[in-house]
Amino acid sequence: MLKVFRFLGQGVVYALIAVLLGFFADTPAYRHFDDDKAQLTLSVAHSGQHAGTCRRLTAKEIAALPPNMRKPLDCPRERLPVLVEVDLDGQTIVRESIPPSGLFGDGPSQIYENFVIPSGSHRLSARLRDSNRAQGFDYQRELEVEIAPRQRFVIEFRSETGGFRFPAAAGPRG
Amino acid sequence: MKMDAVPYPGGRSVSLVQSGLRRMFEIVEAWLDRIFGPAWNPLYQLGALGFFYYWVVAISGIYVYVLFDTGTTEAYDSVQYMTVDQWYLGGVMRSLHRYASDGMILMMVVHMLREFALDRYRGARWFTWVTGTPILWLVFVAGISGYWMVWDQLAQYIAIASTEWFDWLGIFGESIARNFLAPHSLDDRFFTLLTFIHIVAPLLLLLVLWIHLQRVTKPRINPKRGLAAGTFLMLVALSFVKPAVSHPPADLAAVPGVLNLDWFYLSAYPLMDTFSYGAVWAFAAILSFMLFALPWLPPVRRPAAAVVDLDNCNGCERCANDCPFNAILMRPRSDTLPFEQEASVDASLCVACGICAGSCPTSTPFRRASDLIPGIDLPDRSLRVLRDRLEVAAAGLAGDARVIVFGCDHAARLDTLASNRIGTLSLPCIAALPPSFIDYVLSRDLADGVVITGCRDGECFNRYGVAWMEARMAGTRDPYLRPRVPRERILTAWAAGADRAALAKAIEGFRTRLAAQPASPPSPRTPRAKIDGTNTHA
Repeated sequence: MLKVFRFLGQGVVYALIAVLLGFFADTPAYRHFDDDKAQLTLSVAHSGQHAGTCRRLTAKEIAALPPNMRKPLDCPRERLPVLVEVDLDGQTIVRESIPPSGLFGDGPSQIYENFVIPSGSHRLSARLRDSNRAQGFDYQRELEVEIAPRQRFVIEFRSETGGFRFPAAAGPRG
Repeated sequence: MKMDAVPYPGGRSVSLVQSGLRRMFEIVEAWLDRIFGPAWNPLYQLGALGFFYYWVVAISGIYVYVLFDTGTTEAYDSVQYMTVDQWYLGGVMRSLHRYASDGMILMMVVHMLREFALDRYRGARWFTWVTGTPILWLVFVAGISGYWMVWDQLAQYIAIASTEWFDWLGIFGESIARNFLAPHSLDDRFFTLLTFIHIVAPLLLLLVLWIHLQRVTKPRINPKRGLAAGTFLMLVALSFVKPAVSHPPADLAAVPGVLNLDWFYLSAYPLMDTFSYGAVWAFAAILSFMLFALPWLPPVRRPAAAVVDLDNCNGCERCANDCPFNAILMRPRSDTLPFEQEASVDASLCVACGICAGSCPTSTPFRRASDLIPGIDLPDRSLRVLRDRLEVAAAGLAGDARVIVFGCDHAARLDTLASNRIGTLSLPCIAALPPSFIDYVLSRDLADGVVITGCRDGECFNRYGVAWMEARMAGTRDPYLRPRVPRERILTAWAAGADRAALAKAIEGFRTRLAAQPASPPSPRTPRAKIDGTNTHA
């Protein structure tokens, strides 16, 4: 083959590889999420109360403990399951009793779930029970909210800040 | 005479997929041979090109790292600075970083497909295949962690999907996806961790690459300069024509809508949207297992490894120097013969290509005083049997321009070429043929000419068989083809399976020339046939 044709051919091959690399580096575009939808994310990582009753240690018992392990109560390791409920516009979308994590059942109960919902006005209600009560909930919160298209609305539970946290309503996403 | 050799054990069980792929590669390679020549053919240097892309990624990455800032907002801003404000250098470096990374994936995938198609992944070659599999995953870890660092909407999408995917395993004390619930939950130090992963993964990759090459001698880790230059220019041109850009900055309070995925690295993410995380884990696990287990699916019957005959081994090291798979070691003499060393074969590394037997100075068919037992030989396909078959083949030839064709099991098949004018003998590799056999054929008038064929030039199934055979015939590598052998009665024609018709044509042309040749003194040069316009050099 003539040298000039070989060089031309090489140019064509390099161009083809460049097109392949350049094209699939960002094309075709992928639609991950519809513009008229929003995402509701529920995230709870919370330890239920102790499964058994705690016993108050005597002063003598506390003194017998190593200094770095002294505490007033002696509690069983195992935790109660945590019951979580979420209603969206009056319809329950989550009702789950979450067992404690860990080999000895002494870790936090965890749930992390995403829901695709229509954007717009919604009434949200979240409830959590972490005790051994038979009725009612230890934490609950309700909210009327306007959820923007493609908003990621996170219902997060943090007991140290008083329970369920909802983000402020957001405007439409660009 | 029909092809008399026992085919490589994998040969008969090559699946339809393999056969189809092999055919496809042979066609494309033939075209690239015409355009680039065998020395620059990119398909013959996929591993070396992968290495080259790695170095482009590493060097451009160093520059990008200098400008990169770790922080939830600083990361994006610093990438924007290099992309927009310093487009002429930082932007080009970023684009080179991206496109060379994509090139690595492309080279790796085609490399794996090709090794599979050519049946070069099992038997003694299992180790190289198996150690290649983690390379694939490490490249993905390095690449995906790089996309996180930009901290744009694409990074956000990948980060959340990846952490939710890992959370599915339930092995973390607390959900790692919770780190991406809201902007305030993300710490600047997260980017320090990402940077660490993005640097450590490529370093680990280099280590695994080193292991990957342990069982091959003289691994080709650098492409030919011309090919490297062309590839680099292509990457630079692409970087200017289509610079890598970011998505809008990450916003954890919003879900990214439309994303421009890098499909080389991120193809699995849409699967996570479509199927459950568990299903994607199952897919990844099955794919990994299949890749690891492929050399044994089904298990291949390995041919017997080469065996050393100490009575005939003088420790000359030629076999150890020629072995393409590090299967022969020289060690101190264990018998009473007055030589310092002896060859020793590691059977687990030996692919039974026979190149060692072809290189042994004792492998000469002229030996009559003693039996033809070389210092090293293949038990299943000994040179003594080859000589016997050669004589049978020659005895069946008649008329003028009689030709003996020595070929290779992995190149163009010879059986259909055989006639009463053409005798064919196939070997596990053309370099398994000691050059003295050519001399033997012509000096004993077993035929009027000899054809040497094998895998296409630059692409030997046994890595160096074609190169060693050419060097032996050119007198630059032991054992030499003796000067007395008339070169005009030898044809060298490298031909893959797809080149069979062209090989037949070249042999017919050679026979015509032989018929026209008067008895002449030996010529110092060996003519070469043009197979599909690619394999000619003098």
